[in-house]
Amino acid sequence: MKILVCVTSVPDTTTKITFTDNNTKLNKAGVQFITGPYDDYALSRAVELKEQTGGTVTVLNVGEADAEPVIRKCLAIGADDAIRVNADPTDAYFVAEQIAAIAKENQYDLIMMGRETIDYNGGQVHGIVGEMLGIPSISPVMKLAISGNTAQITREIEGGKEELEANLPLVLGCQEPIADWKIPNMRGIMSARTKPLKVVEPTGTDKLTQVASYELPAPRGACKMIPADEAETLIKLLRTEAKVL
Amino acid sequence: MSVLVFVELDEGTLKASSLEAVYYGSKVAEKLNTSVTAIALGEASQDALAQAGRFGAQKVLHASNAQLNEGNTVAYASAVAEAANQEGSTVIVLAKSSLGDAMAARLAGKLKAGLAANVIDLPDLSNGFRVKRSIYTGKAFAYTELTADKKILAIKKNTLTPEESDATAPVETFQPTLNEADFGTIKVTNVEKATGDVLLPEADLVVSAGRGLKGPENWGIVEDLAQALGAATACSKPVSDLDWRPHHEHVGQTGIKVSPNLYIACGISGAIQHLAGVNSSKVIVVINKDPEAPFFKSADYGIVGDVFDVLPRLTKAVKEGV
Repeated sequence: MKILVCVTSVPDTTTKITFTDNNTKLNKAGVQFITGPYDDYALSRAVELKEQTGGTVTVLNVGEADAEPVIRKCLAIGADDAIRVNADPTDAYFVAEQIAAIAKENQYDLIMMGRETIDYNGGQVHGIVGEMLGIPSISPVMKLAISGNTAQITREIEGGKEELEANLPLVLGCQEPIADWKIPNMRGIMSARTKPLKVVEPTGTDKLTQVASYELPAPRGACKMIPADEAETLIKLLRTEAKVL
Repeated sequence: MSVLVFVELDEGTLKASSLEAVYYGSKVAEKLNTSVTAIALGEASQDALAQAGRFGAQKVLHASNAQLNEGNTVAYASAVAEAANQEGSTVIVLAKSSLGDAMAARLAGKLKAGLAANVIDLPDLSNGFRVKRSIYTGKAFAYTELTADKKILAIKKNTLTPEESDATAPVETFQPTLNEADFGTIKVTNVEKATGDVLLPEADLVVSAGRGLKGPENWGIVEDLAQALGAATACSKPVSDLDWRPHHEHVGQTGIKVSPNLYIACGISGAIQHLAGVNSSKVIVVINKDPEAPFFKSADYGIVGDVFDVLPRLTKAVKEGV
């Protein structure tokens, strides 16, 4: 089975976000970049499937050169090779088009990625890729088993879950608990250094959206403390002052 | 040019989030000096569809095919794209939801449309078409320019407070071209859905709890308060990781993002990842016995106290109509 796993390089989940250049750029100073947490789940399941059924796992990143440490980590976890499309991934349609172009060339059975990135939170790329390739896209996938040409999938829905069957090829947006995150071991880290990482230029498409500027949320006012032995006052305040009840 | 709003049906009524989307769409149409049409797919009563008119739709397109009851996103996207072409719609609005997200993406691919997700305000048309959207899981906002001819906006809950009027909208039958092959691609084999509960992403009020509850056997006091308030229940990531509560209740950076009117956090210390998923709530209440819990810094109201003592008192107060 040929699996393509699309990964993003994003600020660590504990990062306090700030901007520079008159609020037009993310301030990357002191920020640690990690594999998108949802992408980590996709990659871990892909590596498990490869171990069970054979095949290959290719990692794809649409990103600039500073994403390469994240890509190498994915190779250390068990991907066989990697492709980086050399572009700034700011528009979902643009990113999807790069992924679809690579997918058309290589005919993957599964295209897996996180349900969304934790920077732009669009959760759209898998669906657009599915549409571009004319194949189903399913998200968010919590469980995935493959038998023959069929995938058995459990997907989260509001207030519950849905079990599905679909034929390959498929595009999947993944989330926990599809697999446990894998931590690279020393052997993996050493072998990752020599695994192929191909850099390709993007296919020329105009971006359909662009960020003009960023803004941080206004800080909340001071917290009004209520003594525990007067807890009932809270309900009164929520009714009369905050007017949310 | 017109605005098209995709509305979701839930057991015979339009979902509250979709009614907000209709209202939002009507405001966008006002700004663009054009009309707004709602589209509903699957079997629905005329009464249900009439709700769209009361929230601003000037016309409702209805494809009543039973085949469309199951929410097949491939077929849905085709049908909505066809409606958009028929109506000459350049702006399509959807509510952010499990189905809405999937639809928005497939539609963007189909129509080559610029797509903004997690939109939290009306577009600014003074210089192009610019929307404010939530990014970094609520830790920041991006003012995003949509430069494509066709634009798709997936709006977050509580973007606007919808106003209901007594206006009516004619319901027109819409007959999309259905491709039989689309219905064979994905087969739903089982659905497990909590019944009778308020769905978390749709909830106006949320009572959430963390490890401070000490174990799943203690969730009764959380559920009692939620039930008294008519709220949804939620939990922090460690709680869902420990299998104390199902994953669909996990709120935070890697779980569900919520923006209710009221979020009550019980026994949750307030890690940055948790806060990211809830900080767009209108009012945040934190109850924790640790006065140093970081969550108090982001709260509007706080109680330093034992949740096992405080929650039953709050439930009693709600029931007694304090």
